[in-house]
Amino acid sequence: MGVGFSLLMIVLLVLIPFLGVYAGLEYVLGVVFPYLAFSIFIIGILYRIICWGRSPVPFRIPTTCGQQKSHDWIKADPVENPTTAFGVILRMVKELFFFRSLFRNNKVKITEKGHIAYIWEKWLWLAAILFHWSFFIIIIRHLRLFTPKTPWLVSFFERMDGFFGFGMYSFYFTDLLVVIGLAYLLIRRLVIPMVRYVSLAADYFVLFLIMGIAFSGILMKYFVRADVAGVKELAMSLVAFKPVVPVDIGSIFYIHLFLVCALLAYFPFSKLMHGPGLLLSPTRNMANTNRMKRHINPWNYPVKVHTYEEYEEEFGKVMQAAGLPLDKQS
Amino acid sequence: MYDKKIIIPILAVIVVVLTYPIWSLFGKGAAAPELDLNTPEIQALAEKECIEDTEFMRSNHMELLNEWRIKSVREGTNVYVASDGQEYEMSLQNTCLSCHSNKENFCDSCHSYAEVNPDCWDCHVGGEL
Ligand code: HEC
Ligand code: HEC
Ligand code: HEC
Ligand code: HEM
Repeated sequence: MGVGFSLLMIVLLVLIPFLGVYAGLEYVLGVVFPYLAFSIFIIGILYRIICWGRSPVPFRIPTTCGQQKSHDWIKADPVENPTTAFGVILRMVKELFFFRSLFRNNKVKITEKGHIAYIWEKWLWLAAILFHWSFFIIIIRHLRLFTPKTPWLVSFFERMDGFFGFGMYSFYFTDLLVVIGLAYLLIRRLVIPMVRYVSLAADYFVLFLIMGIAFSGILMKYFVRADVAGVKELAMSLVAFKPVVPVDIGSIFYIHLFLVCALLAYFPFSKLMHGPGLLLSPTRNMANTNRMKRHINPWNYPVKVHTYEEYEEEFGKVMQAAGLPLDKQS
Repeated sequence: MYDKKIIIPILAVIVVVLTYPIWSLFGKGAAAPELDLNTPEIQALAEKECIEDTEFMRSNHMELLNEWRIKSVREGTNVYVASDGQEYEMSLQNTCLSCHSNKENFCDSCHSYAEVNPDCWDCHVGGEL
């Protein structure tokens, strides 16, 4: 059901801009929706992060895979089991840029003899890396549409990525890689029974949505041409807050843009928040100093106590009269 | 742990990065370049029209050039019949650039605006000879 529902949603999301262009709603599709979506995106992410930032995490939760720092003669792992802020940053960088935790992925199997075996399984990691890095480079390359003079990083990526030009056109390698990555991530959900069982519409929907964006972009770049100079005019006018909509850019562009808007607007509410969330994972962003430093619960307040001494002072006479033993013999 | 001290600066940096195009544009013009159609060949035209209609040319001129290149170099056909029946020689230099002989103010200004770098001019002669 999840697959069908998500596909239906994507078909709807493609039909809206397609019909919208017919109906002459370019201004809504090209100006209103992008502004709206970008605002939801930024405000939504800020809101979610501030909520996370405000939730208390009083104790360190080390889920570490390295030797803890202890005696001098035991070799500690300062990155996998960091005790300093620098170590935490290094671990975070590995996590953010190389998906270190995902790389630990193994497959467990019980052999015929009844032993447990851990099998090498890095395909998920590989597909995730391919997908995320390609996606990132594609987005950086898109800055050429939004900046008057493209920053050097954009031109650099464009040159590296366009290395394998064929025929007369530039061809971007990341376009191929992003599709391969996405295809694996989808096929995995459809084919592996255990993964399929835990997959919901929300899982398929984001995959289909991003695939839709990638396919419409690729279609526009290599097959159904759109007026890219016109697109840049629109994009720059949006950025300068003086929106102008050039005529006849082509429906394919509006489909691409509308899907992107849908992604931006959906992002803060979706599982895609795992990106920002990574930075705020207590198991990843805290140094393992549980035993080196005293960590005091931040919301501890001075507790009003009534000690036994005070108690005796208060009720001493009554107790004495009842013949109870007292600490203070007076 | 309420890490305001770390979270807020990082958030600020991320918002600035996400809105980078807006900052980069402050105080700079963003207008598309004016394309210069004022060349002798075009002035001499009765109807100031390109090979195909303008909309098609804006989006598809590279497809057209690719088709010409393949037909001309590999298949030896040399005549393109436009949709209005006009015939053109399939040539980058002799056709496109005879009308658009102001390559710097036409092809190049639009390409540098859109950040496209066709490498045609490594081999082909561009502009006036
Ligand atoms: C017969 C002369 C002539 C030839 C040959 C010619 N063009 Fe044009 N081209 C024009 C004219 C005139 C216009 C302006 C049309 C208009 O403004 O409606 C134009 C417009 C264009 C435009 C759109 C510019 C805009 O206003 O946005 C492009 C792109 C273009 N030409 C590319 C080419 C290419 C590529 C070739 C070779 C395949 C070519 N032209 C051959 C005369 C010519
Ligand atoms: C209206 C602006 C405009 C004008 C004028 C224009 N081009 Fe282009 N041209 C583009 C854009 C935008 C692209 C890139 C399209 C894309 O990225 O899909 C492009 C791409 C190309 C490409 C393919 C390059 C590649 O890497 O894919 C060639 C070749 C080309 N133009 C030749 C010409 C020639 C020759 C002229 C002059 C006769 C010309 N163009 C005039 C906007 C223009
Ligand atoms: C490596 C050098 C080289 C590059 C780069 C190159 N060409 Fe060519 N091109 C040639 C040669 C050689 C011919 C054959 C000339 C002949 O047959 O007289 C040719 C022929 C053509 C022709 C048909 C004949 C003519 O007179 O124009 C077209 C059209 C063409 N090229 C377009 C392009 C375009 C567009 C680009 C840029 C994307 C490009 N070429 C880049 C070398 C090159
Ligand atoms: C999540 C964000 C986006 C993704 C993943 C994405 C993806 C893609 C991909 C894969 C391509 C194929 C060509 C290439 O790699 O350059 C493409 C092309 C394109 N995209 Fe996007 N895109 C995104 C956002 C946008 C936005 C916001 C715009 C609008 C202003 C846009 C406009 C275009 C245009 C005009 C092309 C054609 C470029 C060309 O023909 O050279 N994209 N996109």
